Amino acid sequence: MSAISEVFAECRRDKRAAFIPFLSAGDPNLQTTGSLLQALVMGGADIIELGVPFSDPIADGPVIQSASVRALEAGTSLSGILRLVARQRDRLGVPVVLFTYYNPIHVRGVENFAEQAASSGVDGVLCVDLPPDEAGEFIQAMRQHNLDTIFLLAPTSTRDRIAKVQASSTGFVYYVSRTGVTGDQGALPKELVKQARRLRRKLHHPLAVGFGINTPEQVAAVAKVADGVVVGSALVKLVAEHGASPRLAAVLEERVRQLTAPLR
Amino acid sequence: MARALLRPDAQGYFGPYGGRFVPETLMAPLAELSAAYNRWSRKRTFRNELRDILAHYAGRPTPLYFASRLTEKLGGARVYLKREDLLHTGAHKLNNALGQALLAKTMGKERVIAETGAGQHGVATATASALMGLSCTVYMGAEDCRRQRLNVDRMRLLGAEVVPVESGSRTLKDAINESLRDWVTNVRNTHYILGSVLGPDPYPRMVRDFHRVIGDEARRQLKKQAGTYSPDVAMACVGGGSNAIGLFTAFIEDRKVRLIGVEGGGRGETLGEHAARFDGGSLGVLHGTRTMVLQDREGQIAATHSVSAGLDYPAVGPEHVLLRDLGRVEYTHVSDAEAIAGFQLLSETEGLLPALESAHAIAHAAKIVPHLPKRDIVLINLSGRGDKDVESVLEYLAEHQDDAVDPEIAGVSVHPAVHKWGTPRGGQR
Ligand SMILES: Cc1ncc(COP(=O)(O)O)c(C=O)c1O
Repeated sequence: MSAISEVFAECRRDKRAAFIPFLSAGDPNLQTTGSLLQALVMGGADIIELGVPFSDPIADGPVIQSASVRALEAGTSLSGILRLVARQRDRLGVPVVLFTYYNPIHVRGVENFAEQAASSGVDGVLCVDLPPDEAGEFIQAMRQHNLDTIFLLAPTSTRDRIAKVQASSTGFVYYVSRTGVTGDQGALPKELVKQARRLRRKLHHPLAVGFGINTPEQVAAVAKVADGVVVGSALVKLVAEHGASPRLAAVLEERVRQLTAPLR
Repeated sequence: MARALLRPDAQGYFGPYGGRFVPETLMAPLAELSAAYNRWSRKRTFRNELRDILAHYAGRPTPLYFASRLTEKLGGARVYLKREDLLHTGAHKLNNALGQALLAKTMGKERVIAETGAGQHGVATATASALMGLSCTVYMGAEDCRRQRLNVDRMRLLGAEVVPVESGSRTLKDAINESLRDWVTNVRNTHYILGSVLGPDPYPRMVRDFHRVIGDEARRQLKKQAGTYSPDVAMACVGGGSNAIGLFTAFIEDRKVRLIGVEGGGRGETLGEHAARFDGGSLGVLHGTRTMVLQDREGQIAATHSVSAGLDYPAVGPEHVLLRDLGRVEYTHVSDAEAIAGFQLLSETEGLLPALESAHAIAHAAKIVPHLPKRDIVLINLSGRGDKDVESVLEYLAEHQDDAVDPEIAGVSVHPAVHKWGTPRGGQR
């Protein structure tokens, strides 16, 4: 069983949803990200999603777009991120999932990437612009190196798409709560509860829900219908606000603690 | 070979290029769009309606024009221009915008969005939307809004909302990013009218099909006017590659015809200074498709530069890459300076101000035509008119008045900038 699957099994035993915070790696620089990962775990992270900055993040709203710009300006590269994971993974004690666009992987070749990611201690990879339909080679390479492949479902996904994602995913499936980009500030969509319940019945994998989840109340609501809750932009915003401040790690840890309170 | 080429496989691949690399939210809508396009594009009612609009509203067929003064000046092959600049709104872009707007309406969509670089696709989409009663939002890089201001005003007058995009390089690439973000958010009632043979399947083939009328007409017109279906050379500028593929498609199976695509060579060979994907690019995935991309070693997309907003983009349509691999089309590039010279050349010899995009094809023609036999025929797609570029050209000339003129441009004896528009300086004429 993969480390990610173990986390979900453990959470199920505890009858709670897993908390999955997201940070943009390298924002404002990789060294800071290193210190923040620890804070996420202290605050109650079960799995960490680490965003790989990309020049053209079409699935992201302004908050994560700006974070990507800052990270790239600081010289962040996928190689640097993998080195960071290699240094920290054992100490963190929670699985790390890379959240990335496909091109940085494509350019180094899926086989090379899978080997490097696995030897750095990465547990799984979620590629926002690589649907299972295009992922044959990618899945094969990832399997060979025992990395989980996490695919997404969305409110527009049809029955045959759900079947495809089901068949291609390991670890968990990520449900995008709304049609849109990351960082939405609005209320959770009304259909979310129904859709998540329906998916959870259909899928053999744990279901994590993300996109536009910002408050402890929203975490609590989603936790009732999902196995995992992902919070991204709300945390990335804190990094943007406190950038250089030595208090950033403490602020972040405290926010994660507030967000995970409903799960304890 | 050729026939198979025209049809990408079921996954939307042209050989190893193409595909659908998009967020899950768009996968089902793309399948739906693809099915709708497959269905309606075969129906006589749809085809007749589009043909009717193209003929009576847009002004098709556009003329094929024998450019006798240019031919004389270059002193080689005979030059014919396919006059897409005479299509309503002033560029070939309207062929595709009308086709997709009609499809969107047929699919029951109420709203369309579009990206635009030079503003021509935005104007075409705003026009088609006004014609068909669709609400329209156009994303345009802030830098492009500045250098193609005339088109921003036109779009607004046509009732479209124009959203300047401030992220990234503030050009076409960023406008596509923002369009995709809008589409992901509003996909249920919105159709994205993508403006070139780019993006995920079905766009590259659908946009090509809507533009193939360019080459189909030119071929018949050439037969009538010059006695042959086969020019010796057919050429066009290549941004995403829609006007080029629109011209080439009719000639792909006619191996006698040499096909040339001209990219934006910008102001230098370093990454970031040009838009010559076939020269400085490598295989990558951008905006939903696997194709040649200008990128760094980490897979971050590179900045681009071209004096022409419509060519200023880091990727090229996937079908072009296959055509390159097969050796069917040659791709080359000309510099900003050469394109400006091409602009001046056509303006002064034929009284046609070309779009700066099209001026790239003219500039390359100026290089090769003098070396071709007089009985040869060179067919150039004049993809658009240059009114939108008047400011950019004047600005360029003012900034470069002291530059040495490239000998190849001097070879076609275009007036150097300083001679005509520069501030008069002692001793220089
Ligand atoms: C007149 C004209 N020609 C060419 C282009 C380049 O696009 P494509 O390569 O898709 O024809 C543009 C794009 O804006 C244009 O306006």
